[in-house]
Amino acid sequence: MDKGETLLEHMERQGMSRRTFLKYCASLASLMALPPSAAAAMAEALGKARRPSVIWLPFQECTGCTESITRSHSPSVEGLIFDMISLDYQETLMAAAGFQAEEALQNAMKENYGKYVLIIDGSVSTGMDGAYSCIGGRSNLDSLQEAAKGAAAIIALGTCASFGGIPKANPNPTGAVPVSDIIKDKPIINISGCPPIPVVITGVIAHYLTFGTVPELDKHGRPKAFYGETIHDRCYRRPFYDQGKFAKTFDDEGARNGWCLFELGCKGPITYNACATSKWNDGTSFPIQSGHGCIGCSEPDFWDAGGFYKALSTPANPLKYVAAAAVAGAAAGVAVSFANRARKQKAKSEHETATTSDLEK
Amino acid sequence: MTASLQKGINALKEVIDAPIASFFSSCVHCGLCAEACLFYTETGDPRYTPIHKLEPLKRVYKQEYTLLGRLAKMAGLSKPVTDEELESWSELVYDSCTMCGRCSMVCPVGNDLTYMIRKFREGMAVSGHAPQGIINATKRTVEEGGPMGLKWPAVQNVIKHQQEDSGLYIPVDQAGVDYLVLMSSMEIVNYPEYLGSLAKIFSKAGITWTLSSEAIEATNAGIQIGASDLAREIVSRIVNAAEKLRVKNVLSPECGHAYMAIRWEGPNLMGRPFKFEVVHVLELLDELRSKGVLKMKDKLKTPVTLHDPCQIVRRGGVLNAPETLLKEVVVEFRPMTDSNKWNWCCGGGGGASAIHEPEAEELRFKAFKRKKTQLEETGVNTMVTFCANCRITLEEGIDHYEMNTQLIGLTELLAEHLED
Amino acid sequence: MNEIQFLTWVRSTGLNIALGLFVLGMLWRLIEIYSLGRKQDMAPARSAAGASGWHTIFRRSLPPQGMMKSSPISYIGGYIFHVGLFVVVFFLAQHIKLVDSLLGISWPNLPAQVIDTVAVVTLAAMVLILADRINKPVKRFLSTFGDYLAWLLTFLPVLTGYLAVKHMVLPYTTMLALHILSVELLLVALPFTKLIHVFTLIGSRWYNGDISGKRGVPV
Repeated sequence: MDKGETLLEHMERQGMSRRTFLKYCASLASLMALPPSAAAAMAEALGKARRPSVIWLPFQECTGCTESITRSHSPSVEGLIFDMISLDYQETLMAAAGFQAEEALQNAMKENYGKYVLIIDGSVSTGMDGAYSCIGGRSNLDSLQEAAKGAAAIIALGTCASFGGIPKANPNPTGAVPVSDIIKDKPIINISGCPPIPVVITGVIAHYLTFGTVPELDKHGRPKAFYGETIHDRCYRRPFYDQGKFAKTFDDEGARNGWCLFELGCKGPITYNACATSKWNDGTSFPIQSGHGCIGCSEPDFWDAGGFYKALSTPANPLKYVAAAAVAGAAAGVAVSFANRARKQKAKSEHETATTSDLEK
Repeated sequence: MTASLQKGINALKEVIDAPIASFFSSCVHCGLCAEACLFYTETGDPRYTPIHKLEPLKRVYKQEYTLLGRLAKMAGLSKPVTDEELESWSELVYDSCTMCGRCSMVCPVGNDLTYMIRKFREGMAVSGHAPQGIINATKRTVEEGGPMGLKWPAVQNVIKHQQEDSGLYIPVDQAGVDYLVLMSSMEIVNYPEYLGSLAKIFSKAGITWTLSSEAIEATNAGIQIGASDLAREIVSRIVNAAEKLRVKNVLSPECGHAYMAIRWEGPNLMGRPFKFEVVHVLELLDELRSKGVLKMKDKLKTPVTLHDPCQIVRRGGVLNAPETLLKEVVVEFRPMTDSNKWNWCCGGGGGASAIHEPEAEELRFKAFKRKKTQLEETGVNTMVTFCANCRITLEEGIDHYEMNTQLIGLTELLAEHLED
Repeated sequence: MNEIQFLTWVRSTGLNIALGLFVLGMLWRLIEIYSLGRKQDMAPARSAAGASGWHTIFRRSLPPQGMMKSSPISYIGGYIFHVGLFVVVFFLAQHIKLVDSLLGISWPNLPAQVIDTVAVVTLAAMVLILADRINKPVKRFLSTFGDYLAWLLTFLPVLTGYLAVKHMVLPYTTMLALHILSVELLLVALPFTKLIHVFTLIGSRWYNGDISGKRGVPV
């Protein structure tokens, strides 16, 4: 694709109608809770947008986030959006390798200094000066600090980059931290999820391209447009929860009837994400619809938040110290009772048989 | 005189036990016990809430027998109980509590407040905070044999008169008989006919009996003031006499706290079961009635109501005999709204009637309004009761309010109408 | 600490501490109380139908003669809030799930709407009872800081539980965490406040019934 080509021109060349593009803009606007008028503005801006340079650095990650994007229903508008950006460095996807790849990275940073968008997936290892995760002999920590300097904005893609994710899970051997722990002077957009929803990724990029600004974020740095409500709030099984109808096992009557999965450990009530509305696989389904509870992957520390199959109301670590406490309590009680017995005995031994003169002072 | 705070606290430490600990731990400060206490209902003063009357005992319990309480005491967070405090509590523990036991019946968590008041008095008595009136009664009972200071020759005189009147022999110090008969000084002085009536009934029923020259007095001011050592001394006179005479039963007179003292507290004061049984006179009469020995020649025509003495009914367990007997001898019996084990106290039980300070008497008259209301609700002018102490208190109340109510003792009433 | 960490803490560490202190405190207090013992009653007991400690444990749950009339708020409000607490605590599906995961026993739950209603009624009854405590001279006179604290410790779990289920005031995660925390505070305080009556009232009623029962008086 020619660098000078706009997104609309590119799409038309690919055989996509203007109507489809407008529809995409409208749905994106509604998903991001923008006013209807924004759809037109968005279409216009996107249509004219030029390809910004994007540098994508993978750290302690599993490539799941990349899979999520690339395996999104293709060919799709989301896919085309990716065509629209100049993805100048993405280890997994780029053809170049070795020194060639590193050169591309250096070039992109130099050429677009102050303008490029930096996408990070994976957490940053800080243990042993970051030695746990290196690319081309440089630690991720080092690469991040260098790449962040020239970035206009940073997108922390996936739960690892946003909140530390699985690498940060207890006991966190590599000293993994989220991007936001390292970089304090750049706007950071956290797109959490393990992996995040493709349309959320492209939506944020579209927003950035359209308005040139970072969308409104929640207190975890996530775009409110996608993370404003819990899965539970928008879940189609919610009426069963309200009626107290719960599946008790994965193969009982309740499960077959599609009742609420709360008791099977669904983390929907505490998980902020758009799965229940945007769904996955081209809007086909999402975990709860497939019969499995939400595991809360877009929330900080979801891996350490109790078992996936334990209801939210149940404790993560039942009765761990109860036996010890019972022994301690019984010991305290018995100790006090011996002391009491001695006291009472003493009182009895000090008893002087009362006479009538003991009734008056 | 040798009362001291230290002796009082020591006595409390001796009597605090698991029930008291459980009761204090359970209290939720709901205040429902107040509704069962006539001193509260008739004055509306929250200080008369039964559980509040036990506040110093609660502190001693916590400070002495709970770990946190001891720590709080050491840290100065919980103040020790003082003489001044106990003195100010005297009114709450004696004047305004007759140990009637009604609060123990209503406490939702099951606290037996009366049990605790009785124990609290152990500490109050030996720390010198009992009211002078009860101290005097106790002294007289211990030192002179009875609360009225009655001597044996006077009793002999009564015996002589009753023998003459009834024409029946009244045995004294006779060993191996069925019943040793006890009386209260009050009865000997005011209702000596009681003795003659008993002689008549016993002779009819073929029951052998005796009086004891060593133990005629049944009342026990020691349990009212709350001095177990003195109560034991008093009750042991009866126990010794009964066991010396090898009687099968000891017959308690009507008097409420006398029955409590010998039937329920006695064995515990002595620390052993008795070798005889303790029977209340109404229990015996009811038994004779059911055997057909006790027959009435006629019935009282006027409608009557019944005042149930707390220590005999609610706290003593003589629940059915009084009513059954009363119905034998009256034409019309109208029970009070709260009757039997739910009856309201006369206001003078638990030693309260022995307190003669003007404030205490005034309080008693206020409390009597409850009985007055109960009486008025029945619409009758004759009230039967079976406790000498209730009778005195009721008479005082009736006089005070200038009521037109006649009081009759149940045994006396039965004796009057007994078949010749 | 974010809300997930907060929730995770109250569900694991917090709950462990609270349950531990509760069990420790309860055993300590119960042994402390009942090991004091009592003297054997030497008086020969009289027996009467319905007169025993066991009878009183149950009978005292009903208002004694004349008491309903003299203290309707205490009794009606008391019943509603005690029964309401019982229903909410033991028949909400989430709570049953908790017991199931702890002890492996479960029983049928009540529909969420029923629990919601009961919770609201319970809260209302508790507010009424608090008003009565402040309003009635006897109750106000007897009340200490501990009484108001105990009220608050009982009220908060119901309130936060209701708000959490209804997704009100605060985000669910935070409210659920606050709910669990409030229950933990209640558990820790229970052995050391008047809330211990939940257990000791059985002993107290038994003693009372036994003392009177030996004299042949059903109380």
